[in-house]
Amino acid sequence: MILKGKVWKFGDNIDTDAIIPARYLNTSDPKELAKHVMEDADKEFPGKVKAGDIIIAGTNFGCGSSREHAPIAIKAAGIQSVIAKSFARIFYRNAFNIGLPIFESDEAADKIEQGDEVEIDADKGIIRNITKNEEYTAKPMPPFMQELISAGGLIKWTKKKIKTSYQPT
Amino acid sequence: MTITEKILAVHCDREEVSPGELINAKVDLVLANDITAPIAITEFKKIGASDVFDKNRIAFIPDHFAPQKDIKAAEQCKMLRDFSKEYNLGLYFEVGRMGIEHALLPEQGIIVPGDLVIGADSHTCTYGALGAFATGVGSTDVASAMATGECWFKVPESMKFIYYGKLNRWVGGKDLILYTIGDIGVDGALYRAMEFEGETIRSLSMHARLTMCNMAIEAGGKSGIIVPDEITEKYVKERVKRPYKFYTSDRNADYIEIREYDCSKIPPVVACPHLPSNVKPAAELFEVTIDQVVIGSCTNGRIEDLREAAEVIKGKKVNPNVRMIVIPATQKIYKQAIKEGLIEVFIDAEAVVSTPTCGPCLGGHMGVLAKGERAIATTNRNFVGRMGHPESEVYLSNPAVAAASAIMGRIATPEEII
Repeated sequence: MILKGKVWKFGDNIDTDAIIPARYLNTSDPKELAKHVMEDADKEFPGKVKAGDIIIAGTNFGCGSSREHAPIAIKAAGIQSVIAKSFARIFYRNAFNIGLPIFESDEAADKIEQGDEVEIDADKGIIRNITKNEEYTAKPMPPFMQELISAGGLIKWTKKKIKTSYQPT
Repeated sequence: MTITEKILAVHCDREEVSPGELINAKVDLVLANDITAPIAITEFKKIGASDVFDKNRIAFIPDHFAPQKDIKAAEQCKMLRDFSKEYNLGLYFEVGRMGIEHALLPEQGIIVPGDLVIGADSHTCTYGALGAFATGVGSTDVASAMATGECWFKVPESMKFIYYGKLNRWVGGKDLILYTIGDIGVDGALYRAMEFEGETIRSLSMHARLTMCNMAIEAGGKSGIIVPDEITEKYVKERVKRPYKFYTSDRNADYIEIREYDCSKIPPVVACPHLPSNVKPAAELFEVTIDQVVIGSCTNGRIEDLREAAEVIKGKKVNPNVRMIVIPATQKIYKQAIKEGLIEVFIDAEAVVSTPTCGPCLGGHMGVLAKGERAIATTNRNFVGRMGHPESEVYLSNPAVAAASAIMGRIATPEEII
């Protein structure tokens, strides 16, 4: 899987209230949520972001609430991937569960700048900065996470599991 | 092994597990609320399972935007109600019977020591106070677990926090956990189980333990946990409806890090905007004026919290520049507060008392802040826009400091009042 797009850069500890403020959580419609993505981190962001773009952030991206609305809003806005130095754990599992590929890389988070064009080779964990002609490595994606992404998320994975081994009582 | 590793091992039928391993474990209870259950319900239907794994092990609690604050919220609450009827769920809590989920479930004895609990709410980690492994997950995790009764986990590394020394007056569980988060930072325990122990914890009452474990997530923790003891036994034996088991950590268990705190040196503290780790002594913040005080939430909405606030505000008035909102976390707490005369104390002080709801904690309803306004709250997060307008501010404290601040119209300490 190759993901290519333009970068929007954010800082450390971007919390889920910044990604999708709770005042919009009276719906779970992805299109509605996408209209407010990252609004409390950058008010103009929902108007600026384009399908195919990529988010780069610092440490602890997605901290705070368990709301799956956060990765859903990001995905529904057409953002292909998030690269950060680290992710808060519930955001991390939510992203994989809904099939949003995310990557951890200190180097990429430090060196990539706003507006750079990057290309992610998801299978190899290589991030290429086309603008700067540099290459960074992401932490390898654990095999189970790869399995979830290639199954298309946890629901499809569970569906497969139920069919093969699980017997409801 | 640590208590966390033991509970996880038992739930995947293994003798032992080690940090870093990915396991698929059986869950004892799955919960979701009116924000997270709608997605879980939609995703559950996509799986095509013939039934839920156990209708008495799934708890649906409309508490965030309930009583329904607007039409969209009402539609979300209705999804929980309809699904609960369709699948005959035994643990659906309607308005009038509900409370804030993390106060309600321990109070009702629905969670027991030794349990493995997942909830589509980040403060699910609260139940570690009972000696259970409990962690927040997403809606899709809940959907999958509702079908299979299982969930995937990475076994966390454990980090030990040892508290010793006598607590100062007006210092409680909230101060201990805020102080700890201030020390290690909002990602200081990322992916880790936070195990709280030491002589101070052993004499800490259950409500304060619940407050501490509740905020483990604010340090990035996967869970907070306290090895059960006589205090746990006393709390659970009069409530629980299922057999339970106490697990302990082995003496030679591995911890990635151990930190110690001398509690006699910890004063009442406040977390300043916009991170729970931005912690300062309350006594250094007297110049901070406030517009609103909120006493409640899954962190500090229990009867002991209301007693503490009432003790400070009894016979006094809320400052004319301040709105004070008190929210008992459950119906049982509300009734007890009426019985003890606490509600009368609050109303006489010109505070408003609300039915149980998460409400203002996440800027939902019942006390949303305008642009430029500032609140001190006993809640758990002070992120940008958390309680309303993105240019409003939230300070986090214990109930006594919040009540003292309501009287003074600025951040204050109870010593100034009593």
